[in-house]
Order: sequence, then C-alpha cells, then structure tokens
Amino acid sequence: MVLAVLNLSADVAPILKVGNEGAGNRKAAAAWKKLADSDASEIVSILKHMNDANPMAANYLRSAVETISDKTLGAGGSLPIADIGNFLLDRTNAPKSRDLAFALIERVSASTAEKLVPGMLNDPSPALRRMAVAGLVDEGKGLIESGNAAEAAVVLRQALSYSREANQTQEIAEALADLNQDVDLPTHFGFLMHWNVIGPFDNTDRTGFAKVFPPEKKVDLTATYKGKEGQVGWKPFVSDHEYGTVDLNKPLGMKKQVTGYAYTEFESPSERNVEIRLGCKNAWKVWVNGELLFERDEYHRGIRIDQYSLPATLKAGTNAILVKACQNEQEQTWTKEWQFQLRVCDSTGTAVLAANRPPTPELVKTPKKK
Amino acid sequence: MKLYSLLCAAAFVVSSSTQADWLQFRGPHGNGLSDSKSLPTELSEKDVDWDVALPGRGLSSPIVVGDRIFLTASSGPDQDQLHVLCMSAKNGEKIWERKFWATGRTMTHKKTCVAAPTPASDGKHLYALYSSNDLFCLDLDGNLIWLRGLTQDYPNVSNSLGMSSSVAVVDGTVVVQVENDSQSLALGIDSQTGANRWKQQRPKSANWTSPILMKGKGGKAVVLLQSSTGVNAVNVKTGEETWYYSDGASTIPSGVVSDGVIYAVSRGITALKPTGDGRVDQLWRSGMFRPGTASPIVLNRRIYAANNAGVLSVGNVKDGERLWQLRMKGPFSASPVSAAGFLYFVNEKGLVQVVDTSSGDEEGEIVGKLDLKDTILGTPAVSGNALFIRSDARLWKIGG
Repeated sequence: MVLAVLNLSADVAPILKVGNEGAGNRKAAAAWKKLADSDASEIVSILKHMNDANPMAANYLRSAVETISDKTLGAGGSLPIADIGNFLLDRTNAPKSRDLAFALIERVSASTAEKLVPGMLNDPSPALRRMAVAGLVDEGKGLIESGNAAEAAVVLRQALSYSREANQTQEIAEALADLNQDVDLPTHFGFLMHWNVIGPFDNTDRTGFAKVFPPEKKVDLTATYKGKEGQVGWKPFVSDHEYGTVDLNKPLGMKKQVTGYAYTEFESPSERNVEIRLGCKNAWKVWVNGELLFERDEYHRGIRIDQYSLPATLKAGTNAILVKACQNEQEQTWTKEWQFQLRVCDSTGTAVLAANRPPTPELVKTPKKK
Repeated sequence: MKLYSLLCAAAFVVSSSTQADWLQFRGPHGNGLSDSKSLPTELSEKDVDWDVALPGRGLSSPIVVGDRIFLTASSGPDQDQLHVLCMSAKNGEKIWERKFWATGRTMTHKKTCVAAPTPASDGKHLYALYSSNDLFCLDLDGNLIWLRGLTQDYPNVSNSLGMSSSVAVVDGTVVVQVENDSQSLALGIDSQTGANRWKQQRPKSANWTSPILMKGKGGKAVVLLQSSTGVNAVNVKTGEETWYYSDGASTIPSGVVSDGVIYAVSRGITALKPTGDGRVDQLWRSGMFRPGTASPIVLNRRIYAANNAGVLSVGNVKDGERLWQLRMKGPFSASPVSAAGFLYFVNEKGLVQVVDTSSGDEEGEIVGKLDLKDTILGTPAVSGNALFIRSDARLWKIGG
C-alpha cells in the first residue's frame, strides 16, 4: 500500500471550507481521498484540524480518520494511541474531536478506555461526561439494591451535580426522589420560572404567528392592548413545574387560535455567550434584547427539554427575554397544550443562573414515568 | 406469468442495476415487486439463513447491490450517531462501516428513529439520508464522495415527530423530500457533486411519503411528489412540473406506479393516467381501499392495500372493483413486497405472513408465517432468493 504524503494544512483546507448547499464538496472529496489514504501517524493532526471544523467538515474529517484506522488495523498495523490519548486528555480540544479520540482508544483497548472514564465527570464533552456520570449512576443504583440507601443518596447527588443531559438528569432525579431526596431541578437546569405574560391575541387561521402585536414592538408591563377577546394586560406568572414548563393555559385560559407572550429579565454580571434552550410544541419566536433568535411554526409534533438550542449573547446588566407562543385550531386532546420551557446554559448544558434569580417556587412533582 | 413479465419490462428500471439488485425503497422499480423466482413461502425457522446484530436502531429498508447489503442505523442517547453499514449478503459479515454525527435535529417520536429513510443506490454510489436531514454519498467501498447537512442549509426543515421520506436517484439526480409544517422543500441534487440542481417549495405540512420514479413523455424521468395537497409530477433533471393532481393525498403511505398508471393514496385509491400534455386523467376512485401506514402494491393487474386493522383489500386495477378481502394479523408499518405471485407482509410484532395470490379474483390465503419475535417497522428487501428484514436490533436473511 502506498501511503499519501500530506501537507496537512493545505490538504485539509478544502474540507474546512465546505459550506451550505453543497458548496465545496468537489474539492473536499478530493482532499478526503488524500487524507483517507494517509498514514495513521497523521490521525492526531487531522483531529486537531477538527477543532476548527464546521459540522459538515467535522463529518468529512471523522470519516477520514475512521477510514485510516480501518485500513491500518485491517492490515495488522497500530494506531498512535499514546498521542491520541494526549489529544483526548487536552480539554482545550473540541468535544467532538475528543469524542472521536476516545472512540479510537476504545476500539484498540477497551480496558484503557474504561480506566479513563471516571476522570471525565467534569468533561466539557457532553458525551464523555455522560459516560462518567453513568458510572456513578450504576454505582448508586447498586447501593440501593444492596440496601445502602444513605450511601446511594450521596453517590447519586454527586452524579446529579455533574449530569448535564436532560434524560440522564431525569433518571438521577427519579432515583433520588425514590430515596426521599429533594432535588431543585429548575436551578440545576437553569429553567426560568418567573415571567410576565400577556394575551390572548388572535391567531385565527394561524395568522398571528407572522403578525406583529404590540409586545413585539415594545415591552411595557403597565400597558394594556386590544386582544382577541377584549383588553389584555401583563400579569405575573410563576411556573410550579419541576422542569420549568410555563403553561399559558393557566394565566390566559385554555383557548384555541390564540397568541401569547411571556417576558422576563435576566441579570448577567458580564457579557457572555450562552445557549437559550427551548422546548415548545406550539409555534414560537424567541427574542433576546430585541434580537429575534429563531422562529418556528410547527404545532403539536412534540416537546422535550432542550428541543432547540439557540446561541445568544447576554450583555452585562439586564437582558430582556421575550417568548411568543401560538396555539392553533386543532381540537384533539393532544393539542390542548399551549406551553414552553426555557433555560439558559452554556454549551455543555451547565446552567447559567441570573444574578436576580428568585428562589425556586414550591413545585408540583411530575408523576414518575412508568 | 407472461403478463407479469411484460409489466415488469414496461416498468421504470433504474440504470446500472442487475436483476438481483434492490436499489431503493420498495426495490428497483419502486413498486415492491421482485423478479425473484423462488423465495421461500411456507416459512419456518429453517428458512433463516443468518441473522446478525446491528449497532443501532432503524426502520429504513436494507438495499442490495450485487452481493452487498447496505443499511443505515442510528445510535446514542439522542440518536445522533449515524451509521452506514455494508455487509455481505452471503453471511451477514460486516465489510465496512462509516459513522457520522447528525448535524440536524434528532428528536423523533419514540416509535421511530433517525435512521428511518431508506437509502438508494444507482449501482455505483450509495445515497444515505436520515431524519436529521443529513445526506451522505459514498461509493460502494465506503469512500465518502460528498455530504449535505440539509438542516444546516434550511434551518426549519425538520419534524419533531421525525422524518422518513426515502431517497430516489435516477439520471444523475438524487431526489429528497424534506416536507414539514414549518419549512418544506423538495430537492433535486447532483449525484456527482451534492449541489442542488433544483429546489422546490412544497406544501407546509408534515409529510412522510417518498418520491416515486416513473417515465414521462419522451421517456424522460419523472418523479412523483406526493403531499397533503395531491401529487406533483416533476421532471427529475430540471424540477419543472409536468402535471399536478390537486385532490389531496395521504401523507403516510406512498402511491405506486404500474404500467404507466399511478395508484395514488387519495380518497382511498385514485387511479391516474398522465395524458402527455400536462394533464392527468382520473381513471377511477375507490374508497373501499383504506391503506394504513403500509403502501399499496400492484401485482398481476390487481391492487392490494392493507388497512390499519390488518385487513387486506384486493381490487381490479381496471376499474377499482373490490374483489376480495383477507384478514391478516396487523398492524403494519412495513410495506409489502412480492415475488413469484406471493405477497410478503411483516407486521409490527415481527410476524411475516405470506399471501398466495394465485387464486386470482378469488380470495387468496396465508400460506406461510414466521415469527421473528421483534418489533419490525421497516419494509423488507428482496435479492436473489432471499428476503432481508431488519429490526432495531437485528438483520435477517430469509431464504437462500
């Protein structure tokens, strides 16, 4: 087998330039072939380039690395595991490239990979962190089975403190609830619980989604406006849901073909990048400080925590967060919900809490899933 | 059988395929029909040649090119690991596997998953699409040719229930339907470069049906795009509409083409015949057929459609008259396939049921059953003398 000699930066460049609507694919494919034909000693260099890759380019590079690995291992060769390990342990590298480094180590030596996992509890990679947390969850559940509830609670508390992904956190919270342990899930996730809401405005034939009602022009919590069924004004609303659901049916009435708004202010001690993570099964728009982050007019196809991740920049001081949620004309029982859940976190899912965050209200527990 | 052979010859044949290849959703002709002559019919566990474990979930169909099976799967807590697998049709051994990260949303209803659309091949390349709207072109040896992240391109083309429309490829164009409530598109993509040949706005409504290929006027390839508003016939190369049927259609089961007639899943079944001058004639319509999730199939001048209760209704394609019904064990998500006059249905509990249609206009009978004891939602593939059936966990080869 003749291996390609690389000028890696030049050879990777076309892949890093891959853009939307297929732009750059032809040159990227030629570059991919050259990378895929290269020696395993190039793997770490390719992983480093993955740090700067957009999502499409990352897939090109992942595929090249895995192809090199297949060829090398298939021919009886070996991967530069020590170098790959060093790359993995350097947390300044991008999470996805480190995920791939871990997978390569696991492929060659599952026992080595297993030894690394406990050290990843606070890892910036959600996938690696999840594995480490899963180890603690298993340990905690083992303690429960052996009748050691007190130790189990301690271990599961530790697991919770490191857990960031919603479904894993839910699993831990349920196990702790079984041990009669209180968990402040809204604070753990960073759900915003305290809002001012206004509505209903009209959404007949779904026209309200595009229509600009007064709250989109200016938020004045003392103002009143003509709504769908008369004058409407802002009113405070506090979610009592442990996963931060803001149920607009409660303050605004269970209505169809309507539009509502929710507004809150988030004090940030400094300017910083965050992710606004939203779950919503109604049509919605979200603004931060007057900037529209995203909008989507899908109705009643499902909701989950972190359904949408919206990058945003908070300024130092008071940040205005406005949510528009529209309810449509469907009458089935599963179309009654008019709600959203919104949290502020960093890219790892770690809650970013406002300086003015009020205490968590008394919560109504969600029935445990069967 | 003579008539059946003639019909197959007249049907649209994807280039670069061999008789044994099963290149896309519902096979080389996109109609569920196989040329196989000796699939097993009186099934027993002895007919399972092999079965292998899969690395992830999926309800996409396997496709077969030569002696290789290609299959997609998705894995991980958020189903964001996308797999493309190549396996030996002879023994199920993995030949290669490529993995990618999903670049679009991976939320789906728990019944489905991200590996729902069936990939397609033109005999040289493989085009693998996922519910996350990631589309990969690889050669048959696993070399990456190009990729697209359609949610990166068009941020609202997603469905929180999941997407399942399969890929079609013909004449150097890959056709995908990414149709949803919020942003809805059909794309004709250059199979060599991954760039758009055409992009068409589609009805803003969730749609899980798949593009269907047929021949249009002058032999030009036409793709039928079904949606809640009806059926658009579109020139594959240019995206230009050649005719439009506007009386609504299903958004779950897809229609089927046989002998130049489209059997659209519209108000039951509506038979449509293009006139060649931009219009389409309605030959008949029957509300007696109520296809559930499974798409209908046409075999030997009869149309077969299973409803959500598992009742198979059979009618004459000439006038839509219902000939007979047969109660099977449903429900069905997988669409039926056929070989040598037998129909193969797989219900959601993994029960394969073989219906002998040789009685013609008289009621057929179930002549074979095999319980695979697993949830099966994907449509089988047929190649050689074997069925290939997948679940979330396993792939079976049934037959020799």
